[in-house]
Amino acid sequence: MATTSDKSKSIFAGIDWLTILLYVLLLAMGWMSICGACYEYGDPRDFLSLASFSSRTGMQLVWIGTSMVLGFVILMTDERLFDTFAYLIYGLMMVLLLITPFLAHDIKGSLSWIKIGSFSLQPAEFAKFATALALAKFMSSYGFKFQGSWKNILISSAMIMMPLVLIVMQKETGSALVYFSLVLMLYREGLPGFILFLGIAAITYVVVGLRFSESEAIGSYISWGDIYVVLLIIFFVLILYVVYCRPAAIREALSSNHALGSFDSIQRMRYLYIVLFAIGSIVIHLSASTLVDHLAEHQKNRVYVLLGLRDDPNGVGYNVNQAKIAIGSGGLEGKGFLNGTQTKLKYVPEQETDFIFCTVGEEQGFVGSAAVLLLFLFLLLRLIHLAERQPGAFGRVYGYCVFSIIFFHLLINIGMVLGLMPVIGIPLPFFSYGGSSLWGFTLLLFIFLRIDAGRMRMQR
Amino acid sequence: MKTEDYILSKRKYVLGFASIFVVAIYILRLFALQMTSEDYKMRADSNALMRRIQFPARGAITDRNGTLLVYNQPAYDIMVVMQEQEGVDTLDLCESLGIDIEWYKRRMAEIKDRSRNPGYSRFTQQLFMSQLSMEEFSNFHEKQFRFPGFYIQKRSIRQYAFPYAAHILGDIGEVNPADIEADEYYRMGDYIGKQGIERSYEKQLRGIKGSEILLRDVHGRIKGRYQDGRFDEQPIPGKNLTLSIDIELQKLGERLMQNKLGSIVAIEPSTGEILCMVTSPTYDPRSMVGRQRGKKHHELSMDPMKPLLNRAIMGTYPPGSTFKTSQALTFLQEGIITKETAYPCSHGFHFGGLKVGCHGHGSPLPLVPAIGTSCNGYFCWGLYHMFNNRQLYHSTQEAMTRWKDYMVSMGFGYTLGVDLPGEKRGMIPNADYYDKAYKGSWSGLTVISISIGQGEVTLTPLQIANLGATIANRGWFITPHIVKEVQDGHIDSLYTQRRRTMVSPEYYEIVCDGMQRAVEAGTCRSAYTTNYVTCGKTGTAQNRGHDHSVFMGFAPREHPQIAIAVYVENGGWGANYGVPLGALMMEQYINGHLSEASEAKAETFANKVINYGDYVR
Repeated sequence: MATTSDKSKSIFAGIDWLTILLYVLLLAMGWMSICGACYEYGDPRDFLSLASFSSRTGMQLVWIGTSMVLGFVILMTDERLFDTFAYLIYGLMMVLLLITPFLAHDIKGSLSWIKIGSFSLQPAEFAKFATALALAKFMSSYGFKFQGSWKNILISSAMIMMPLVLIVMQKETGSALVYFSLVLMLYREGLPGFILFLGIAAITYVVVGLRFSESEAIGSYISWGDIYVVLLIIFFVLILYVVYCRPAAIREALSSNHALGSFDSIQRMRYLYIVLFAIGSIVIHLSASTLVDHLAEHQKNRVYVLLGLRDDPNGVGYNVNQAKIAIGSGGLEGKGFLNGTQTKLKYVPEQETDFIFCTVGEEQGFVGSAAVLLLFLFLLLRLIHLAERQPGAFGRVYGYCVFSIIFFHLLINIGMVLGLMPVIGIPLPFFSYGGSSLWGFTLLLFIFLRIDAGRMRMQR
Repeated sequence: MKTEDYILSKRKYVLGFASIFVVAIYILRLFALQMTSEDYKMRADSNALMRRIQFPARGAITDRNGTLLVYNQPAYDIMVVMQEQEGVDTLDLCESLGIDIEWYKRRMAEIKDRSRNPGYSRFTQQLFMSQLSMEEFSNFHEKQFRFPGFYIQKRSIRQYAFPYAAHILGDIGEVNPADIEADEYYRMGDYIGKQGIERSYEKQLRGIKGSEILLRDVHGRIKGRYQDGRFDEQPIPGKNLTLSIDIELQKLGERLMQNKLGSIVAIEPSTGEILCMVTSPTYDPRSMVGRQRGKKHHELSMDPMKPLLNRAIMGTYPPGSTFKTSQALTFLQEGIITKETAYPCSHGFHFGGLKVGCHGHGSPLPLVPAIGTSCNGYFCWGLYHMFNNRQLYHSTQEAMTRWKDYMVSMGFGYTLGVDLPGEKRGMIPNADYYDKAYKGSWSGLTVISISIGQGEVTLTPLQIANLGATIANRGWFITPHIVKEVQDGHIDSLYTQRRRTMVSPEYYEIVCDGMQRAVEAGTCRSAYTTNYVTCGKTGTAQNRGHDHSVFMGFAPREHPQIAIAVYVENGGWGANYGVPLGALMMEQYINGHLSEASEAKAETFANKVINYGDYVR
């Protein structure tokens, strides 16, 4: 029987302080970037006034403070609560998402913000941890198994699609796309690897095919895009062959409990799958390019600009162009804290939200921005480590949800700012200005830390 | 199972390597952007882009004959760049602009206050003073070289050619935060229609903004156009509007109504076009332009006579006896009466203890003279017989509902849908309403006064004029509207479609007989003219104070050109103000001018003052 002091001691002992350190470091660098983005170049006001609550810098300080309190409160709770109430939290959150568009004020076409007093909250940011909890609970239920159970795959997918659809209805496509990242968690939990592979292959075909669809290679019928896609398909087929059809791979499959049949029959089946993959790839490529061909010119243009494939200095392309100039002008060491000029003159739009990484690039240079990326990498790898050390599926699934969501935000947000990814407006975790996003990520992360800290108890 | 778990746990390496791979690519990309070329650094120093909005000209507004009513005039804003203005002689500046030093200090503090001015930057132009007149501008322009950091920006403001039709034309003002949030088009400091057609036709009038992309240096100075303006977009000017208003008629109406409260509305029956919409008191639209708009608007909003209220569509009044025409039509169509049915009237309608008074005339009398002399008794009896008719209706409620349907089909009880903001619907009671008010125990007698346009019934002057247009058309109307044409565009199909009432045309002829008789031998005799056949109906609407004087009519009887409603608050008998004012207006429109005698009469009425004391309505 543990006494109260014993229990609290054991709770703090189990907490992963390394993750908390990374979290605090990211918050600190994030706040410095917000200062840079909001600070007026040449402003004679002293630095302290940055912290006044009328400015965004001051407000972000409030969000950071409240987030830390929130994190502390979560660490003080009993992690079994999250398991018990997972479905309830998920259900309530879905109801909230459903009614949000009706309560919301239309802010530049988005129906995702609810006004409470003088503050606006974005419920979509809080749906992430709720979905992760519900998935963790479902996938840790007794006898749950992915392989061979389409029913389980379907139910988990439905749990992911529900918030996705509801958020699309709020016209926040970017935030909705985040839920696709949970495929990574499903993959770890046993979703057949070829599904992930197919998905990535399909996206690659579409983007590569469209990107080069207008440069003619042979006559007017075959573009360079078609040729590149064919090369990609050959490349993918080769990878599949090496991974699955080598004699060694087949012998390995034969030795595992699940494979039935002779060496030859397995080899024949696998060849068949690879042929099917190649045919499917060609169909996907042809249907995507036919679809785009049939769009009206302005719609086509919209698709290209959205994919970041066409220059548009007046619209979306303008942002990316400005972002690249801001980052590029940072050089090795950057211009120094509060000394960036591009961000100060308001060249970069959304500079304290979606394009916050520009400020890092401009003021901290290559050294600072690479450091931020490495910090995120450490956090991601640490999350994998923590997830793997969970004794049960609940903690592991939740942990991989956290990993997947942060990975996706990093991939898209920084990729967009660097001009490598299409412009999809989602925030950079712990950096972008805004209470909803910061609270959302804090909840997501600290619930995992709480679950992780309780792993000893489950072992007992 | 164990081996399977083991195989799955190997997938952590795939995910881990994916993370390392992405971060590695991004770091390489950062390296390429930041370390390998000086290009971006140079572009940051010299080649930053800036988008500047180019404002389209707002559409002009003309009357039905092409007379220009509203146009644009240049005005000048003074802009300030904080970074550059240090060291300016403040006293000299204030003197040149005609402002005091306190105002200057307050304004500078406002500009720097980021909670009020979120887009503030020390390097960009900020609005210091808006809408200087030509005179103020030229004063400042001469001395501008002494004030570095102060710039002049040209913009256009609205100008009005006439001091009339303020409520129709409306005005424009700066957008508020709610407007900006609701529509992507607007930015801080933009203008938006606030009242009248400036508001209801905002989307057509405003045009489409253009933009130019400029190159700016590190200090925000403009260096030229990006790629010689290849990506610039020219603004598209707003559409011009042609109103259905006849400004001469409007002018006469406003003159006749001065120093009186009320409204005159005239409609062209065949098209539903509103020929004039007078509301009194009114104000000069030219006083609502420029910097004095806020002050003037506040002043008008505090006036107890409510000059900002467009009484023509927002004032709901008892229609009085003009409403009897609609009753006659309903009773005829329902078969309660025929043209020959006569009812007695001995100085009014007497039933049990109930008495609705009437003036002296022959009795009993049939419908046409009943309309001509505006007999109260006749219509009370009509409603009484309708509501108590148990062959046609199972209950008083059912009769009431039937009656209400007729009224609604004539355009009462709901907004007509005029293309001006703020139209009121008036009041046509229904059975539910009386069930609630009288807890279910009521009869035709209880509500008898609705038959003579009193009691709960209220209409807007526009609805009364529309009743005239409906009778003139013998049973249909087109939703009244004020915009006749939008340049290169269509007007809403609502304003081209006929709306039929529930009454057949032949019954309208009988009512026209009655209204013609009223002009030739009844209550509207002063509207009689030998030039054309006029149909009219007076109204004397009782209210707490002195009676309201009302007139509804149209002319000529065949191929009518104008239908009109005149409503003069506390003007007494319908014949006191309503009839003569209506007659003058019809003469002006049909003949294009007033005869000498009529002009003298108009002058007399224009000079009449109704004393409203300090009665607050």
